[in-house]
Amino acid sequence: MQPVLDSIALLGRSGLDKVAAIGRSGMILAHAIVARPDPVQSFPLLIRQLYSVGVQSMVIIIVSGLFIGMVLALQGYTLLVDYGTEQAVGQMVALSLVRELAPVVAALLFAGRAGSALTAEIGLMKTTEQLSSMEMIGVDPLRRIIAPRFWAGFISLPILTMIFSAVGIWGGMLVGVEWLGIYEGSFWANMQNSVDFFDDVVNGLIKAQVFGLVVTWVAVFQGYDSIPTSEGISQATTKTVVYSSLAILGLDFIMTALMFGDF
Amino acid sequence: MRIRGVELGVGVFMLVGAISLAVLAFNVSGLGLSKQEGSYKVYALFENVGGLTARSKVSMSGVTIGQVSDIHIDPERLMAVVEIEMNGDVDYLTVDSSASILTAGLLGEKYIGITTGADDEVLKEGGYIEDTQSSLVLEELIGKFLFNKASE
Repeated sequence: MQPVLDSIALLGRSGLDKVAAIGRSGMILAHAIVARPDPVQSFPLLIRQLYSVGVQSMVIIIVSGLFIGMVLALQGYTLLVDYGTEQAVGQMVALSLVRELAPVVAALLFAGRAGSALTAEIGLMKTTEQLSSMEMIGVDPLRRIIAPRFWAGFISLPILTMIFSAVGIWGGMLVGVEWLGIYEGSFWANMQNSVDFFDDVVNGLIKAQVFGLVVTWVAVFQGYDSIPTSEGISQATTKTVVYSSLAILGLDFIMTALMFGDF
Repeated sequence: MRIRGVELGVGVFMLVGAISLAVLAFNVSGLGLSKQEGSYKVYALFENVGGLTARSKVSMSGVTIGQVSDIHIDPERLMAVVEIEMNGDVDYLTVDSSASILTAGLLGEKYIGITTGADDEVLKEGGYIEDTQSSLVLEELIGKFLFNKASE
């Protein structure tokens, strides 16, 4: 009888742990958003984080955006040229990038590049007891450490997504117009006729904004909540990448259904 | 000096983001600043708009002079009302102009083609294009063809 009871208790405890973790993550989010530190002191902190989260992710975003745009144009061309409608390549590249690929791929790369770094950094701060010493001298680590990182991620990802789209479309044009010889005028005209600024570009940005919130939230929380050992940090980093990737893909489906679906 | 470099980097990052947004807005989605300037609305009643959608082109002699802004059913006449947003500089459409729904290419998109008439009066805001020709529906054409064949 005892082993059965034990296993039931274990199940209950792990469930309670999960709920408590969700509660803690919600409290961190509330702190990061509500905490309003004085701008003179916190602005340089935010700039520094924007640099390490946003600027240093630019290279990977630009390179992968370029290649994804080029591959889309190449694949679209080989498919559409059979029907004599290769002018639609511009439309296909632009729509799929702006609506879907740029927000999702940029967010996935961002989770791998910046999210994991955030988790590891905060986790190491916790392990080396920097966070608790801050509390000792009366500095709120949520304000000083968490909030600037959270806002930096929230601001950076939409910007990175726009860069991704623009570079990708340029890459598509490079392959389509320069190499495969699609007539440039119809390439752009088809694109401009089919892409709507508010329906497509703005909806893509809304997606990117939501992903930015989710990825940095997960990253910051996993770092802050990590077990303060070297193993704990590695687990937390892995969790950041896995959870945020799953959240991105799941949320993307829901948002696509809401934005572009017919209900 | 270290801080200066960080600030410069973030500044470049923000600027590149803004430029990308501008490219997406004007170059990719064709959002024009002067598009709405002085445009006016006219209406046309069709039996069948088959495949025409909002934002379809409205053209005359192959030149785009406006776009479809809305399509709905007139509940009294039971016909489709197409709301057309004409560009502001189009002031030469006579009241007896005709509108027909055409197809670009064999499988292409639907658009409205306008032909002017001979009247002296021109269409104003809220005017109706009376002479319309509906979209060709393949099933109806085949049906007519079969009917004619059978009656021969």
